[in-house]
Amino acid sequence: MMAFFYAMVLVGIAGLISVLRLILGPTVPDRVVGVDTLNTLVVAGMVLLGAAYDRTIYIDIAIVYALLSYIGTLVIAKYLQGGLA
Amino acid sequence: MPFIVAFLFAYIVWLLLTAGSNGLLWSTEELVAGLIFAAIIGYATKDIVGENSTRFLNPVKWLGFIAYAPVLFWGMVKANFDVAYRVITGKIRPGIVRVPVDLENDAQYTILSNSITLTPGTLTVEADPEEKALYVHWINVPKGLERPESSEPVTGPFEKWARRLGR
Amino acid sequence: MNYVETLIYIFLGISVAFNLLGSFALLRFPDVYTRLHGATKCTTFGTIFAVFAVVTHALYQLHRTGDSKYLQMALHSFIALIALLLTNPTGAHAIAKAAHLSGVKPVRAVVDAYEEKLGGGSE
Repeated sequence: MMAFFYAMVLVGIAGLISVLRLILGPTVPDRVVGVDTLNTLVVAGMVLLGAAYDRTIYIDIAIVYALLSYIGTLVIAKYLQGGLA
Repeated sequence: MPFIVAFLFAYIVWLLLTAGSNGLLWSTEELVAGLIFAAIIGYATKDIVGENSTRFLNPVKWLGFIAYAPVLFWGMVKANFDVAYRVITGKIRPGIVRVPVDLENDAQYTILSNSITLTPGTLTVEADPEEKALYVHWINVPKGLERPESSEPVTGPFEKWARRLGR
Repeated sequence: MNYVETLIYIFLGISVAFNLLGSFALLRFPDVYTRLHGATKCTTFGTIFAVFAVVTHALYQLHRTGDSKYLQMALHSFIALIALLLTNPTGAHAIAKAAHLSGVKPVRAVVDAYEEKLGGGSE
């Protein structure tokens, strides 16, 4: 179904808007919020693209991406608190 | 005992991920490989999972989580229309409030703080089990509620659910 | 165009609308905490509906063709949804706490009880 592909394009545009926050963001936590939003949107886009192309492997990548991006967010948050000396 | 919990959890996830390898069911190779890897994971994480984890084997608890899903989903629907309204109109009155809560263990704090992050207008900044309080960023603090005495206006029905599920 | 396809289109519409709304919330709100509100809630909700659409599509195709590929697609996207639901609010909480501890104060706040607690604790 092509509808999944068009939905993915729109989610990609939402991702570009969050990249805008990543570029503009006055403080470091603002940029981290942008990255976190982008991660969620990439997961949504991958799931939609997997349905559009009938490839389950895309959805497997989305699972791994969701878990790893969470660890990335936690490490950045810990670093901002002054944790990783 | 923690070994068995971790083993079962890992094996169930493996079964979910490999369903459909033989028709709509599992092929023998996948079942055997799953046993081996689940045993490795169970052995490696048995000290992290801890003795407390055996309460998650209770089937009543799983039914509780399934019954909780529609409550949480309805909360999320309301939260999203609330946020949509605030994005469009820009009416906000933010503040970080201290909310006293009546919970006992870490699982209850985790469930409650994750739930209220996903539901209307609130975002957990810090959970403090020593003071029995949550520090919550509230996007629209009602007038006169800057220092709430009870948790009811913030947590709504979720505190009761968290107390029941995390026990 | 049958009922199932209509349902898929509705789910996709809701998903795209809330994902776009979440990213507009990032541009529109004044500080980190309010942006986190918009970003976390709206994108999680949008992703839930994206996964619902994919699961509906996969189950419909499974019913029509009987190909086990579609069973895998439904189960795997459901697992992706659960991973996202567990990790997203926790990540938002970690960012909020880190932002507060690194010295970013909420803009236009009427009350900041966490600041009072930290100030009272260190002196």
